[in-house]
Amino acid sequence: MRFRRSPLVLFLAMGLLAALPAHAVEPDEVLQDPALEARAREISEGLRCLVCQNQSIDDSGAPLAKDLRLLVRERLKAGDSNQQIVDFIVARYGEFVLLKPRFETLTLVLWLATPAVFLAAILIIALAFRRRRAEAQNPAPLSIAEKRRLKRLLGEG
Amino acid sequence: MIAETGHYALILALAVAIVQMVLPLIGARIRDQQLMAVAGPAAQLQFVLVAIAFVALMTAYVTSDFSVENVWRNSAVAKPLLYKISGVWGNHEGSMVLWVLILALFGAAVATFGANLPHQLKANVLAVQGSIAAAFLLFIVTTSNPFIRLDPAPFDGQGLNPVLQDPALAFHPPFLYTGYVGFSMAFSFAIAALIDGRIDAAWARWVRPWTLAAWMCLTLGIAMGSWWAYYELGWGGFWFWDPVENASFMPWLAGTALLHSAVVMEKRDALKVWTILLAIITFSLSLMGTFLVRSGVLTSVHAFAIDPARGIFILAIMGVFIGGALALFAWRAPLLAQGGLFAPISREGSLVLNNLLLTTAWAAVFVGTLYPLALEALTGDKISVGPPFFNLTFAPLILPLLIAVPFGPLLAWKRGDLLAAAQRLTAAACLALAVLVLVLAFRQRGPWLAPLGIGLGVWLIAGAATELVYRVKLFEASRSEAWRRLRNLPRSAYGTALAHAGLGIVVIGIVVTTAWRSEAILAMKPGDTAQIAGYTLAFKGVVPRQGPNYRERVALFEVTRNGEKVTELTPSKREYTVERSGTTEAGIHPSWRGDLYAVLGDQLKDGAYSIRLYFNPLVRLIWLGALTMFIGGAVSLSDRRLRIGAPRRAQTKAATVPAAE
Repeated sequence: MRFRRSPLVLFLAMGLLAALPAHAVEPDEVLQDPALEARAREISEGLRCLVCQNQSIDDSGAPLAKDLRLLVRERLKAGDSNQQIVDFIVARYGEFVLLKPRFETLTLVLWLATPAVFLAAILIIALAFRRRRAEAQNPAPLSIAEKRRLKRLLGEG
Repeated sequence: MIAETGHYALILALAVAIVQMVLPLIGARIRDQQLMAVAGPAAQLQFVLVAIAFVALMTAYVTSDFSVENVWRNSAVAKPLLYKISGVWGNHEGSMVLWVLILALFGAAVATFGANLPHQLKANVLAVQGSIAAAFLLFIVTTSNPFIRLDPAPFDGQGLNPVLQDPALAFHPPFLYTGYVGFSMAFSFAIAALIDGRIDAAWARWVRPWTLAAWMCLTLGIAMGSWWAYYELGWGGFWFWDPVENASFMPWLAGTALLHSAVVMEKRDALKVWTILLAIITFSLSLMGTFLVRSGVLTSVHAFAIDPARGIFILAIMGVFIGGALALFAWRAPLLAQGGLFAPISREGSLVLNNLLLTTAWAAVFVGTLYPLALEALTGDKISVGPPFFNLTFAPLILPLLIAVPFGPLLAWKRGDLLAAAQRLTAAACLALAVLVLVLAFRQRGPWLAPLGIGLGVWLIAGAATELVYRVKLFEASRSEAWRRLRNLPRSAYGTALAHAGLGIVVIGIVVTTAWRSEAILAMKPGDTAQIAGYTLAFKGVVPRQGPNYRERVALFEVTRNGEKVTELTPSKREYTVERSGTTEAGIHPSWRGDLYAVLGDQLKDGAYSIRLYFNPLVRLIWLGALTMFIGGAVSLSDRRLRIGAPRRAQTKAATVPAAE
């Protein structure tokens, strides 16, 4: 099995997993029709290798990933659309297999968090600008300490 | 004996760190000079002690002392010396010692070079540094002691994971950690300012070089990791949106935002409260990165639950420091005086935009990285968040930022003229457009967005050049005057231009290699030839070879182009003897056009070998660009203003004049 992991994951996983190199897409898997093969690659990139860490079946050398790649190609040859194939695999392996989660109740926060942060940040900045401008137009009255200091400065000047 | 010395030094360092945390803080509170003066020597002593521990561990590794369990687990006699040394930080315990060593180094640097810092600020900063060190030293001593002995000592060790036996990866962690830990300086200064309840431009002038140095190291560390992944993992990818990559990328994004907001604070005394918050956030993200990587929570939530001692400890450290810092911020930040006013269209405004987009960008990465963990911990449902999600959420935030970058330096402080800036950028825009049209015209395949991406990269580089051209008045003044201006330009201006141009180079590299890489997956027998990207590769066969601590099977390819011999490629598959696992070593022929990249696979049933060939056009630009950014940082750091540090002004009380306008 071949796990594609970044360096620090390796530190973390050291001793737990042995990284045996192997190939992802093998020569005998490749479809004759380049258009179908391109679609197979496109679908594969969005599907997770279930036994690997955050790796798509397209990059993984794990046997399970190979099975899934062959499955995708079989369905393609049978004439299924991309969406049908993805639905078929999700029905068999669950949502976990999708590297881009669908937009639904469970992933509502995931998808909406970034736009929410962006809008909130814009709102905060706009409010801060308005407040600062208002403050600049009507400066707060001097505090007692400041008045005393002003008097002292004027007295000295 | 050496191991025990190291262990003892660690415990002493913990004691010293506690002293460094407590006494100066009390001293700063009751204004006792003597108590405050403890901070400096304590920080230096703490560094010396951690260094002793580190050297002790390294000695155990270099001499292959397998009576130390950590050495036995991660080293072997036959391993080359370089990897015996890098083995020190190639494991959990050792890497934590390195973490604390770098932390102590930064503390000692403040103690040594901070003579012109106000005493109270210096005492507070070092106390905060001491508290971080104390927490992590306690963590090492109680849960991750690298000096545990084995009795009887085994004859040979278990070796280091072969994938880590690589020059780039040997130096990747020290740079990455220097980046992570370097942000602790900004954090300590922020906390010290909050404790003091005041902050001025001199503060920013002190924080900026430290942040810049940390940012430079993090940039280089991330680039090294990506370069390593590119040539070692055997298929030419360079960024995977892996949680661990994200863990280092989030502090980088926040740190980049911090660098820019600190400029506003130094130059214009504005954005103070935000800069403080950002300093806290940046280091918090570093801490979170350490937690994610070190706790095992990423492998699976269950692995974390089975052996939670370390994870819970780091989680507690995180909770105390992040929670404490944010609480302190909420309590004390309102005391900080607001700085100068500025119009939305101004240099400050452009840096606010930079901060808005970078902050949202790291928030996107943050949510994508942590959401699956949180969901599984809370509901037990498992989902995956991978590259397609990140590309979709990250790109829309980063694209407007890249378009806006060249405008920033051309806008004036306080109130800028967008139209004038746009006029000055006409040449850069025309150049970018011309390149875009040219690429569109000659494009045979690939996504239609790619030419836009290239145009964007050119826009960034030309925009960076534009700023320099206008600052030296190249076309207005006489040649001698322009030359004089060119020499007198502050180095930080060159640094900015270099860093922004570097970003453009990275963009071009990423876009071109993603859009136009070619790939061939073949079953080849010796004697076969293959064609890719104008090269012809003749497969000569596979021969065995013996390395220092591995055996390998090497494939030989003769590469020709238009009938002329270019090079030979020797991709191989290694089998490490001690570790009983292997690696693939890609055969790479770099050129300006791009990399020819060959990988040897398994032998198939009919005797042919499975071979993968890639051509990755302009892929080197990614790391060349990162290097340019690093150099830009270095040039900026060498600026006289930063080298000399804060002037005496820091000693006087911060002016609390509201709104200069």
